[in-house]
Amino acid sequence: MSSPLLAVSGLTKRYRRGGKTIAAVDDVSFDIEPGETLALAGPSGSGKSTIARLLLRLIEPDAGRVEFEGGDFLSLNGAALRAQRARLQMVFQDPLAAFNPRASVARVLDDPLRIHGIASRKERPRRIAALLERVGLSADLAGRAIHEISGGQRQRVAIARAIATKPSLIVLDEAVSALDVSVRRQILQLLLDLQREERIAYLFISHDLGVISAIAHRVVILDAGRTAESGDARAVIDAPQSAIGKALVAAAPKLNRTSKDSDAADRQ
Amino acid sequence: MNPLRRFFRTPEAVAGAIILAALCAMALAAPLFFPGDPQAIAGPALLPPFQDWSLPLGTDRLGRDVLAELFHGARTSLAVGLAAAATALAVGAIVGTVAGFAGGGVDEVLMRITDAFQTVPSFLLALAFVSVVGPSLGVVVAAIALGAWTGPARVARAEVLSIRERDFVAGARVIGMHPLEIAFREVLPNALPPVLALSSVIVAAAILTEAALSFLGLGDPNRVTWGGMIAEGRAVLRTAPFLSIIPGVALVLTVLGVYLAGEGVVETTAVRRSLS
Ligand SMILES: Nc1ncnc2c1ncn2[C@@H]1O[C@H](COP(=O)(O)OP(=O)(O)O)[C@@H](O)[C@H]1O
Ligand SMILES: [Mg+2]
Repeated sequence: MSSPLLAVSGLTKRYRRGGKTIAAVDDVSFDIEPGETLALAGPSGSGKSTIARLLLRLIEPDAGRVEFEGGDFLSLNGAALRAQRARLQMVFQDPLAAFNPRASVARVLDDPLRIHGIASRKERPRRIAALLERVGLSADLAGRAIHEISGGQRQRVAIARAIATKPSLIVLDEAVSALDVSVRRQILQLLLDLQREERIAYLFISHDLGVISAIAHRVVILDAGRTAESGDARAVIDAPQSAIGKALVAAAPKLNRTSKDSDAADRQ
Repeated sequence: MNPLRRFFRTPEAVAGAIILAALCAMALAAPLFFPGDPQAIAGPALLPPFQDWSLPLGTDRLGRDVLAELFHGARTSLAVGLAAAATALAVGAIVGTVAGFAGGGVDEVLMRITDAFQTVPSFLLALAFVSVVGPSLGVVVAAIALGAWTGPARVARAEVLSIRERDFVAGARVIGMHPLEIAFREVLPNALPPVLALSSVIVAAAILTEAALSFLGLGDPNRVTWGGMIAEGRAVLRTAPFLSIIPGVALVLTVLGVYLAGEGVVETTAVRRSLS
């Protein structure tokens, strides 16, 4: 077997709140293989976003190791870290908050191409158009301001930005949670297409097992910062072992259409 | 309703805008109406206003045309006020952004420096600076800015502290953007609106400080200033009070105009922001 793309072990992040210290992420370990989708599931506050931010080096852990593409990702700093960031990208939940409110679509896509020296200034407009078409958008959108386009279009732009630097792994933190059902289905399909064609791995974070069952190969279920259970996505969703796993399955409307509570649970 | 129309429905703002427009017209038209040196002798000394059509506001102790001096003084007041305020806002925005964005020791040091500047009264600071370096237009601008940048720095820092936690800053880091580019291209422009909201007060204060410096004889000696005119007139305050009153009234109107128009702009844009 080849070595994993990402190997996380013993990842821990504590926050001080009031007088006491809480572990937002507590000794979490998992691997992601190239081209694979691993889902991180768990209720709100279970530490999913904290793990995403730790992996992206937006915050630093108190303990643990992160190996990415065979190197110690946590020891990288400065220019070396910025360069390696091309390989590890992120898509945020709220695509409006994720972009500079003053930016245009073109600028949002131009930045990664410029920063990583992927294309010359003259070549970049063509690359931007190609990226937009790659994610199913019209190239004409380049001139628009970020706030002028729809939420679904914005999330496609976010995906275009993430793939601009040809990453091997994209972390998606609740990336489809704010979208309505039909748009969500299209975005999931886009992610699947990109994965098949470019062999990108995803760390797909969601509280919704319905969405996870549509996209993930494996799943890790978190509860209060700890791993409650993990395994093949189908197997875990069909027969959850942990209490939190069972609760999440019960709350997922698509998996449990007969439940009268499912709609209410979905809206929570 | 668009902000421009809302602005023009506010009577104070309109009054301020009219005064400001008149002032700008005066400043721009000065070399046209009064070409040549405004400090040259134009007629008999101490001619009272409204006596001679060619010298409508009369002459001063040395026989210089008061109206010409007033026009050229508007140039100095506006130029110094705007340049000093722009300098103060730029320095403040940069210092505040670096402090807020870098955090830690850098923040600590920059904010202690800001404290130090803020504890010294800004007029004393300007006075000391001009006394040491010597009066010229650039020095006066720098001297006034020296005491005015701390407010913008604090406001910018507070704004940056909240902006740097937003997702789009995280997004900029994720794509590998250099921290300096994040600070100055992503964060600073978004922190500017509340900083710019200070400009009316800063411009008004800068114009007053310039006048006070000139009054004390610390203005640029090669330029006519309203402060200098008031100081000149003081010697003959009993016999020719208009020599002090005319530039004094101009000064008060200017400061009022700048303040009212500036507040009007802030008000209308703030309303728009809270509506959206
Ligand atoms: N900056 C922070 N300071 C203090 N506590 C935090 C901070 N960030 C996250 N937490 C806490 O860590 C826990 C996990 O949060 P998060 O990772 O956002 O959960 P999730 O994304 O699964 O909803 C929560 O209890 C949250 O309150
Ligand atoms: Mg979250």
